[in-house]
Amino acid sequence: MAELLADSADVDHYVRFVEVQKSYDGEILVVKNLNLDIERGEFLTMLGPSGSGKTTCLMMLAGFEPATHGEIYLDGNPINNVAPHKRDIGMVFQNYALFPHMTVAENLRFPLEVRRMDKSEQESRVKRALDMVELGAFGNRRPGQLSGGQAQRVAVARALVFDPKLVLMDEPLGALDKQLREQMQYEIKHIHEQLGVTVVYVTHDQSEALTMSNRIAVFNDGVIQQLAPPDALYEAPDNAFVAQFIGENNTLTGKVTAVNGTTCTVDLEGGSTTALAINIDGVGSATSMSLRPERVTVNPPEGQCPNLFDARVKELIYLGDHMRTRMSVCGNEDFIVKIPNAAGHVHLVPGAEVKVGWQPEDCRALDSPS
Amino acid sequence: MPSRLHNFLKRRKKTLAQTEAIDDGTMRTADGMPLKLALERALFRSRLRAVLLVLPLFAFLVITFVLPIFDMLFRSVEDQVIAEILPRTVVEIEAWDETSGVLPGEAVFEAIVKDMAEGKENKTLGKVARRLNYEISGMASLFRKSGRKAGKIEAPYKEQLLKIDKRWNNLELWKLIKREKGYFTASYFLAAADMEYKPDGGIGMRPENRQIYQHLFVRTLWLSGLITLLCLVLAYPVSYLLATLPLRSGNLLMILVLLPFWTSLLVRTTSWIALLQSQGVINSILVGIGIIDDDSRLQLIHNQFGTIVAMTHILLPFMILPLYSVMKTIPPSYMRAARSLGATPFTAFVRIYMPNTVAGAGAGGILVFILAIGYYITPALVGGRTGTLISNFIASFISGSTQNWGLAAALGMMLLAIVLVFYFLYDKIVGIDNMKLG
Repeated sequence: MAELLADSADVDHYVRFVEVQKSYDGEILVVKNLNLDIERGEFLTMLGPSGSGKTTCLMMLAGFEPATHGEIYLDGNPINNVAPHKRDIGMVFQNYALFPHMTVAENLRFPLEVRRMDKSEQESRVKRALDMVELGAFGNRRPGQLSGGQAQRVAVARALVFDPKLVLMDEPLGALDKQLREQMQYEIKHIHEQLGVTVVYVTHDQSEALTMSNRIAVFNDGVIQQLAPPDALYEAPDNAFVAQFIGENNTLTGKVTAVNGTTCTVDLEGGSTTALAINIDGVGSATSMSLRPERVTVNPPEGQCPNLFDARVKELIYLGDHMRTRMSVCGNEDFIVKIPNAAGHVHLVPGAEVKVGWQPEDCRALDSPS
Repeated sequence: MPSRLHNFLKRRKKTLAQTEAIDDGTMRTADGMPLKLALERALFRSRLRAVLLVLPLFAFLVITFVLPIFDMLFRSVEDQVIAEILPRTVVEIEAWDETSGVLPGEAVFEAIVKDMAEGKENKTLGKVARRLNYEISGMASLFRKSGRKAGKIEAPYKEQLLKIDKRWNNLELWKLIKREKGYFTASYFLAAADMEYKPDGGIGMRPENRQIYQHLFVRTLWLSGLITLLCLVLAYPVSYLLATLPLRSGNLLMILVLLPFWTSLLVRTTSWIALLQSQGVINSILVGIGIIDDDSRLQLIHNQFGTIVAMTHILLPFMILPLYSVMKTIPPSYMRAARSLGATPFTAFVRIYMPNTVAGAGAGGILVFILAIGYYITPALVGGRTGTLISNFIASFISGSTQNWGLAAALGMMLLAIVLVFYFLYDKIVGIDNMKLG
């Protein structure tokens, strides 16, 4: 990312959303005052639950929906009034949208034909694109004769064959089964790395987003909740929604009793804990704290964890590499702890009374959604 | 011990035979019945029920549809009248040489007099008179006139018969009887194709002024094609609108499209008469706003124009429905994909959307065309002289004053053949599997 940013310093911000708003019915804003900068060569994912406005953003970028307010720039030029076919943006659709009456090669040739490209140039580009997705021998097939994964690759190849300025992908892997989806994630990631093309990707699948993206914009309720690289998003969520939405999360609600620089003290049902003060309204305010299940230690050695609480084991689920344990901690009945199946790990039984502990830096005091 | 082991092995062998494939290679059920047989028995009841359920409809179709059609089509080549009613004549005329240029001999005349006398008695003479009159006009009156006196004619028959009516002198009559004495005839088909037997015995076209059906077939095909095209042009935007509108307004529009279906065909046709006739709504409005004079009212009905307008309107839903059902299945992402790939809206529509509607347009087209080709009521009511179709002639040959079922059957057969040819062509070009009716 650092290199990318340095490279594109002169063409600052390849795609820009500036104060973009969108409403379909004139009553409800589906996208509320969106500001987003995407760098050249970046793989940016818009992640969010359905109805969060992420697909609407993609459609505005592609030109299929007009922005109600605000301006979108591509490569420095405003594109609000540019027709979709003049935007030079490749798009991969959820249902692939391969033209069923054309062969695979004809599908790939279509964007080149409408650009009146040289015939020999067309041929070599189609061939190169097909080879890139390892479907060189499938040029004469019809889309109906392809498997889901193959059709997906053709759709990707078609969106790239005319060297678009930008590639948009609208939940392209949604229709594939799990194994194929994971394989395609890597393939798309590799293609992106090879070609260095800028990709805006929309999905509601967080693992997909974490696997592929340089940065992820988490959408909810028409607003970007957090825009950050995958690791930062998981390890340092800015607010309760992101903490809850990305990965597994334990939420503990309490009241801030003291703020001490970057840390704060929060009163819980069963005692008080020290946490990182990330997103709180000061002393006396309610907060919901985020704690990742793998950062909780069961029966920690004496003095290791400053935050130590009583817990009762409610349920154990054996998952091979780890035990997923549901406990009751500080009034939270669904407190999840992951116990690695390592040598000499603790053996628990439902109903057992144990101690659980965590480090202050693993516990983030966030806003209280209420 | 050995005997117990032996018994065990025997039992084991038996169980094996019951559960698995035995030596002959066929799969068997647990009790040794071949699997295929068992499956057949298990399915027999459900198959029987299925057959019994469709049997009434099947029988109904055979009795009321298939058999009458075959009977009717058979009439286009069947011709037993002459052989049945003039049995003596057809035997005697065998010896006559029709190329000799002289009338048949006394024996043939004697035979026909006796046949006529008998036919008169059995009241069957009218049939043969009508049959011969199809080919040579005036034969009906000749036979009626001669038939009345046939009982009293005595030898020499030839002289006597010629004295009664000198039309018996006509060589063509005798040639006709000799030609059509068999059980089958090609003459109906020849007539339907505007052809005839020439005096030299060969087959050729009728004189220009007596050719009717070829023009009629051409007109029928041309009008049907034009109506199909008009339907396609009118239906395409409507179907597109129907397929792309939101559900609620789409349904409302759909009801408007289907409304004519719930109205009597006759009502719709007569309402066109009310609209289009010279004292009708359209003419009156045009006169009222001063576009045309009262004495130069437009002739909008009882001609081809009337037929085209009324039939296009009546057949339109048959085009809209298949088109709509196909358009409904085209995802909007196709057009979006085309646009994002750089196609203008027009290019995207022509190159992506339209090819995907071919199945619907083809189904609607073939439906409308086939319906139009055999349409009867509407052209009969609004067609006048220039807007009638082949079906109106077929109808008139079946029930009109010029009854000629053989010719009607031949025309119907040709119509059916034309439809089948178009069906075949459609299958070759578009493929019948691609047809989607809904």
